[in-house]
Amino acid sequence: MGGLWIGQNVNLLPIEASANAPVYDELFRVLFSIGTILFIGILGLVIYSLIRFRRKPGQLSDGIALEGNLPLEIFWTAVPAVVVLFIGIYSYDIYDRMGGMTPLAHGDMHTHNSATTESKIWGGIGNASEKTGYESSIASLPIEVTAMQFAFLFHYPEGDIISGELHVPVGRPVSMRMESNDVIHAFWVPEFRLKQDVIPGQPTILNFTPTKPGRYPVICAELCGPYHGGMRSTVVVEDPNEYQTWFNKNAKDETLKT
Amino acid sequence: MSFSNLSLEKQSYKLQPSGWLRYLSFSLDHKVIGLQYLICGFIFYLIGGALASAIRIELTSPISDFMPREVYNQVLTLHGTVMIFLWIVPVVNGAFGNYLIPFYVGARDMAFPRLNAVAFWLIPPAGLMLISSYFITGAAESGWTAYPPLSITTPAAGQIIWILSVLLLGGSSIFGGINFIATILKLRRPGLKLMQLPMYCWAMLGTSILVVLSTPVLAGTLILLSFDIIANTGFFNPALGGNVIVYQHLFWFYSHPAVYIMVLPAFGLVSEILPIHCRKPLFGYSTMVYSIMAIVVLGLVVWAHHMFTSGTPPWMRLFFTIATSFIAVPTGIKFFNWVATLWGGKISLNSAVLFSCGFIVNFVLGGITGVALAQVPFDIHVHDTYFVVAHFHYIVYGGSVFVIFSAIYHWYPKFTGRLMNENLGRIHFLLTFIGFNLCFAPQHWLGLNGMPRRVAEYDPQFAFVNQLSSAGALLMAVSTLPFLWNAIRSLFNGQIAGDNPWNGLTPEWLTSSPPPVENWIGPAPLVKEPYAYGVNKKNQNLDLNESNESTSPNQ
Amino acid sequence: MTTIAPNDKKIDEEISSEAEDHQDHRLFGLLAFLVADGMTFAGFFAAYLTFKAVNPLPSDALYELELPLPTLNTVLLLVSSATFHRAGQALRRNESKSCQNWLITTAILGLAFLASQMFEYFTLPFGLTDNLYASTFYALTGFHGLHVTLGTLMILIVWWQARSPGGRITSQNLFPLEATELYWHFVDGIWVILFIILYLL
Ligand code: HEA
Ligand code: HEA
Ligand code: CUA
Ligand SMILES: [Cu+2]
Repeated sequence: MGGLWIGQNVNLLPIEASANAPVYDELFRVLFSIGTILFIGILGLVIYSLIRFRRKPGQLSDGIALEGNLPLEIFWTAVPAVVVLFIGIYSYDIYDRMGGMTPLAHGDMHTHNSATTESKIWGGIGNASEKTGYESSIASLPIEVTAMQFAFLFHYPEGDIISGELHVPVGRPVSMRMESNDVIHAFWVPEFRLKQDVIPGQPTILNFTPTKPGRYPVICAELCGPYHGGMRSTVVVEDPNEYQTWFNKNAKDETLKT
Repeated sequence: MSFSNLSLEKQSYKLQPSGWLRYLSFSLDHKVIGLQYLICGFIFYLIGGALASAIRIELTSPISDFMPREVYNQVLTLHGTVMIFLWIVPVVNGAFGNYLIPFYVGARDMAFPRLNAVAFWLIPPAGLMLISSYFITGAAESGWTAYPPLSITTPAAGQIIWILSVLLLGGSSIFGGINFIATILKLRRPGLKLMQLPMYCWAMLGTSILVVLSTPVLAGTLILLSFDIIANTGFFNPALGGNVIVYQHLFWFYSHPAVYIMVLPAFGLVSEILPIHCRKPLFGYSTMVYSIMAIVVLGLVVWAHHMFTSGTPPWMRLFFTIATSFIAVPTGIKFFNWVATLWGGKISLNSAVLFSCGFIVNFVLGGITGVALAQVPFDIHVHDTYFVVAHFHYIVYGGSVFVIFSAIYHWYPKFTGRLMNENLGRIHFLLTFIGFNLCFAPQHWLGLNGMPRRVAEYDPQFAFVNQLSSAGALLMAVSTLPFLWNAIRSLFNGQIAGDNPWNGLTPEWLTSSPPPVENWIGPAPLVKEPYAYGVNKKNQNLDLNESNESTSPNQ
Repeated sequence: MTTIAPNDKKIDEEISSEAEDHQDHRLFGLLAFLVADGMTFAGFFAAYLTFKAVNPLPSDALYELELPLPTLNTVLLLVSSATFHRAGQALRRNESKSCQNWLITTAILGLAFLASQMFEYFTLPFGLTDNLYASTFYALTGFHGLHVTLGTLMILIVWWQARSPGGRITSQNLFPLEATELYWHFVDGIWVILFIILYLL
């Protein structure tokens, strides 16, 4: 029970800043609870046995000649099996709610029909907005991400903006198509609980919906050379008006300014 | 058993050097080879540990100040490679396997003694080559996983040397695996059934199957990678139309089983150590055997859990999530069986048992984080972060290394005829256990909160926790001193152990300590119940031992 | 491959002294080694098939492999397996002369295979680094070719050793011949798979 309490009440994670972060944290709490219960249980058993059954001075006899106990063994085969099955099904559900099982498509089909949607997409996370209660009626914001040693470049096809910093409006789904110029990198925002490798020659997709304004680190999580540790950027989640201001200031295509 | 050939065999051994010199020779004696593996491995452990210390020193500050960034990458690549391929794998397999397996199957040597010596002697040159690459050309910089295209674009010389030495070490491991399989299946003393073998034999059989099935794939992959580097082919080079994900699949097809290659023998060793010191039979022998085999089978089909963020299709991720999670079931059986072995025993709380129990506790934590990592949505956040680093150090260090120490305390009297000092052993355990947890427990938090792995510079907010971790590493470094002192001093004036200080029943204890060249003077004992401890078994035991003494040569 | 060092008398005796019911474990060891070797090929095959499935070449870079030569090669190897088998039978019947003849026939077939493979290499329209398929093609066939080369050398050694009198390989000491034969069948089997995957699929 102590384990359950720890699992539910100790928070080890950074702030939740995307639609799937609360979903992730739900899974985390469940796993953490199960893990803590198991760990404390086994730790307790081992310590108890070591104290209770230790050899006292002068004792020379053997322990009991217990070679096994089939029902007991079946029991502790079955219990982990059930636990594991539960964890598996539950994490499938979580994964689905995060958009992992949604067919991958970049951007919104109506606004976006260029070559990017035709080329083969290799994997990533689909759009979770419908499943997490966020409005899916808003067209998602397409962004093209290029990673190189040792920087990320964000290209907004809508305003033809190229930026080293990722700006996204809060509440609007974002759809990123990522590709690398040289070696494998990875796009990671801990506050979004999302990570996706950026691979040369094989574009990947990452969709998410930011929910909390703020500045969060974008971290490269795949060893990519000497400056891998320095390969960072920032994602600025701002409210739609501020985002629009930023967009207007930088957009090259005048007609898109509103 | 026929004696006729014995004198003839003796002669061939006479040609070999005796005394400590034989440890530097091309000896064919499995016991000598086993100790060669152990000592050689330990030296590499010190080197790998020194490299780890360099890593931890660099990470005490959030900026890259202790060494240049390239050097940091070289150091971490060397650390991973040395620890895995030159310390854990050779020691849990080669050292204890060579020393113990022939005893356990009742043979006088391995099936192929010469191949055995060759397998060992591949290791020192490969290791020296790897280490020296650091001084000559600069070592490989792309991590122990050597993912292309990074490994193709970093300086070629170091990477090629890395590939060559890993190929040699893989070859050594394959030869060893073939030898173990043949010894266990074919050299068993007549009358000894498979299900009567000590558990370590089963562990080594399973491990060797994994070695034989998966190591060659790594070899092939590295050969292709070296073509990419030298011959300008494009297997894994996207610039030339290649596919980097294929490399990852092939690499992990070996390297996931490799983690069981590092831990299954350790499971086996624990299963030998606990019953003797608890004076109880090993709980659930046959389920232990089946769970080893289940781990072998499952271990071959879970590799892609290292690639959840690599752009693998959803169905693939799900399959690998489920398969990986299920490994917890057979592994769990083993853990519960060990706890049940402790239960109701008469446990001597000596260093060997302490380290074994430390292993149980640490490994369970590492295993639980492993099962969490196996869940795709969970892994998407923590992949390639310090959470993973914490996971695997809990298993490789808290698991395998703890078991190696436990096994050294346990078998030292067999190796040398003398006991190690218990007080120093307990100090060693305490320092290691505290240092280890202090070093790696905080890394879970680091990973969850945003510190990626393989970085020399990081967000200043993590500085304190990193310093904590480095302090733990320092404690671990200090903890090696009492151990080294203990091991060396006990060699000369440790307490004389007698032949069987623990009253063990497994065959290696039924001969002198250290054992004679042919393992037994006279016929090999036929031990059908290696774990027949326990009060109401006592009389039976005595019978068993007596009938062994009187075994007639032609039985 | 020291396992099969043909004159390893000591190992022989040691083994027979330990377990009378298993005379010789070297063939078993070789078998395990072949499983390992087979896994190397399996890795290559898997890589090739994946490349093929996910990295299609642009149509202008496609090529057709000519079939006649590799088919001839397949026949050469299959026949050589049969001739090797005959050699073994002959030796067991103590017909040393006929054994030698079969062996040399097998070696010649192996050499013919290598020659024809070389010829194919020189006439192919693509080189090692042209594209992914080209590289994989050469890696696979080259790795197999190395095996054939090694096998042919072994056959020649066995043949030399089988020349009585004074030769070491007799019906009493079959191991070197049996080991080489096993290896040769293995290499043939791999070729058949390779032929299907590389040329027919
Ligand atoms: C000896 C080495 C070893 C061992 C035995 C294991 C065992 C396991 N490992 Fe680990 N692992 C590594 C070494 C090891 N690992 C290394 C080196 C890496 C990093 C490689 C790199 O990238 O450099 C890694 C990485 C790694 C990853 C990839 C992480 C990432 O990069 O994102 C994953 C993901 O699934 C994983 C999972 C597991 C699982 C499920 C087990 C299971 O076998 C654990 C099973 C054990 C238990 C679960 C505990 C006992 C069971 C019970 C008490 C029963 C009850 C339990 C439950 C019901 C849960 N490991
Ligand atoms: C397999 C076994 C193994 C073992 C036993 C260890 C042991 C240790 N590891 Fe290891 N580690 C790996 C395998 C292992 N590691 C792997 C596979 C990686 C991944 C590499 C990669 O990413 O590619 C890794 C990565 C890794 C990292 C992450 C680096 C990064 O991602 O940036 C860190 C950081 O803390 C670390 C620390 C340690 C520490 C402190 C120890 C300590 O336990 C070490 C304790 C031992 C000592 C301290 C020795 C003491 C002796 C001396 C100091 C005396 C020296 C004297 C002479 C040389 C004569 N390791
Ligand atoms: Cu880019 Cu690490
Ligand atoms: Cu794994």
